[in-house]
Amino acid sequence: MNSLVAGEAASAAQREGTLPPEALPEPVSQGRLVLRKFLRHKLAMVSTVVLLLVVLVAVILPIFWMHKYEDASFPSFARPSSDFPLGTTQVGKDMVSQVLRGTQFSLLIAVVVSIVGTFIGVVFGSVAGYLRGFTDSALSRLTDLFLIIPQIAAAAILAKVFGHGSWFVVALVLALFAWMPIARITRAEAMALSQREFVEAARAAGGGTGRIIFKHLIPNMVGSITVNATLAVAQAVLVEAALSFIGLGVQPPDTSLGRIILENYAQVQTRPWLFFGPFVVLVLISLSINFIGDGLRDAFDPRQRRMKA
Amino acid sequence: MNLVIYILRRLAISIPVLFVGTFLVFIMISAAGDPLAELRGRPNINPEAIAQTAQQLGLDMPIIPRYFHWLGNFLTGDWGVSVAQGNAMQPVFPKVMGAFDVTIKLVVGAEILALIVGVAVGVLAAVKQYSIVDYLATTLAFFLFSMPIFCVAVVLKTYAIQVNGWVRDLGLTDWLGNPWLRTTSPENLHSTGFGDFLAKYSGAYLLPTLSIMAISFAAYSRFQRASMLETLNQDYVRTARAKGISGSRVVFRHAFRNALIPVATLFSVNFGQVLTGAIITETVFNWHGMGTLLVDSVNHLDPSTLMGWLVVVAVLVVVANLIADLLYGIMDPRIRVG
Repeated sequence: MNSLVAGEAASAAQREGTLPPEALPEPVSQGRLVLRKFLRHKLAMVSTVVLLLVVLVAVILPIFWMHKYEDASFPSFARPSSDFPLGTTQVGKDMVSQVLRGTQFSLLIAVVVSIVGTFIGVVFGSVAGYLRGFTDSALSRLTDLFLIIPQIAAAAILAKVFGHGSWFVVALVLALFAWMPIARITRAEAMALSQREFVEAARAAGGGTGRIIFKHLIPNMVGSITVNATLAVAQAVLVEAALSFIGLGVQPPDTSLGRIILENYAQVQTRPWLFFGPFVVLVLISLSINFIGDGLRDAFDPRQRRMKA
Repeated sequence: MNLVIYILRRLAISIPVLFVGTFLVFIMISAAGDPLAELRGRPNINPEAIAQTAQQLGLDMPIIPRYFHWLGNFLTGDWGVSVAQGNAMQPVFPKVMGAFDVTIKLVVGAEILALIVGVAVGVLAAVKQYSIVDYLATTLAFFLFSMPIFCVAVVLKTYAIQVNGWVRDLGLTDWLGNPWLRTTSPENLHSTGFGDFLAKYSGAYLLPTLSIMAISFAAYSRFQRASMLETLNQDYVRTARAKGISGSRVVFRHAFRNALIPVATLFSVNFGQVLTGAIITETVFNWHGMGTLLVDSVNHLDPSTLMGWLVVVAVLVVVANLIADLLYGIMDPRIRVG
């Protein structure tokens, strides 16, 4: 767009013969620009590598690991050794394979929560912000409604309604009470965007509501949606852990890092490794996702040219 | 006068929201299972006794009349009875209010402390941007923000038990109490004299307060830093500097007051989340507050207690949001409330 305008101006100048032709800047798409800025963000890059490592280890290592997660034939409370790097649990399960499996479930739940929550939030928010009027007030009341019911209480009750604490149910239930912040952000952005000329032009050209929202509004909000969806993953990891920790989240046979911490934290005095193992993985995940989200925010921010950190 | 009308209008708007919210949760709870399953499972239970209990709780009614039955009773001050085993047929109102009392004392203190510390650190980090103080504050905030609150609580509890051991070894128990740092609820906190009260109070409240503070502090300090940086770059601050006003005066009289506005509102908007944090913290420290009450009543599918719990929390969130909007209007004269 910029290059187009510059090109027109240059050719106009050429025609008038007043100015020498100006060298045009190489056109760069927003995606490349963001990627370039993100790659330069050291902390975010380190976090990306850490997160990728955690994901790879959690997915691949269980295939080769010497013990199976369901095998409870080991001695109870074995101390850490080369055979059991994180010791064994009370019932005689290898802690490393527990933590690996918990990491898989925690990540899976968090990603589902973020995707579903972002989807609901973006749709509600952009529809409310674009249509305004009655739709907006109705959706705003709906947001208020979900805000007054604490996520953790609603999730606990709903997890009982649908099945007995399977990971997918917990994820959906958490997502059902996680879309409100994103809806508020997209609503504000949709309101601002719908005043712009290109939206008016699209409307004048006969674009329907659905087309304008999905083709014109949402692509222009991709920055804040990406950033908030990323941060929502970190939030979801922690909320799911909290819910499982008070015993109202994921139930066996499924598991999660929060569930594993609940099962083992009573041993923190005498066998700290049983607590600190899953705890460190949990913090590593949420910390790296938070840093990635922060890096993305800086990368998407057009005002920010050069970056610290 | 305008303000009063505004407040009344806001409260009036939240009444239908509360109404629909309670209705939905009521349906959710009844869909979650039979609250009398436990009772039915007991050996040698008289079916007539079950029927009587069901009638007493209104469980023999269809769901919609049952909701309005509950609502009518609730609004006239009868919050129903609890069906949780062990304390069967206890009235809900004193139970919920007792738990609320425990939690609110903990939360309000911790939040005010977190706000003070968070704002101070945020301002410092913004004024000395990219200094060592800023990096330390940023790192700490990121760590705490990424920390599950129950892990903070568990770690604090573990080390407190160790510290208590040292207090015992050093023979300071007469002076500080045994155990000094309480890792359980502050019930039966009998104190003799002010010094003793202070030691015991701090001993009981210190750890849960720190756990709740940890997370909130992180959010407040980050938010305050961002808001302060934005204000410091405004034209009017540059004008003030150019006029020769001293650095500290510019920071505190000109920038700080405006930078405080968004944080003050975050304080109340975040209240729901803070309450969640308190629920988790209480569970770790065995306090009998709203957290334990929620876990117990969800596990027992205790409808009346859950509904009472929900209404108290929901009203609290509504009031907190209203206070946020009012604060916004008071602190920022550009925004007119009413």
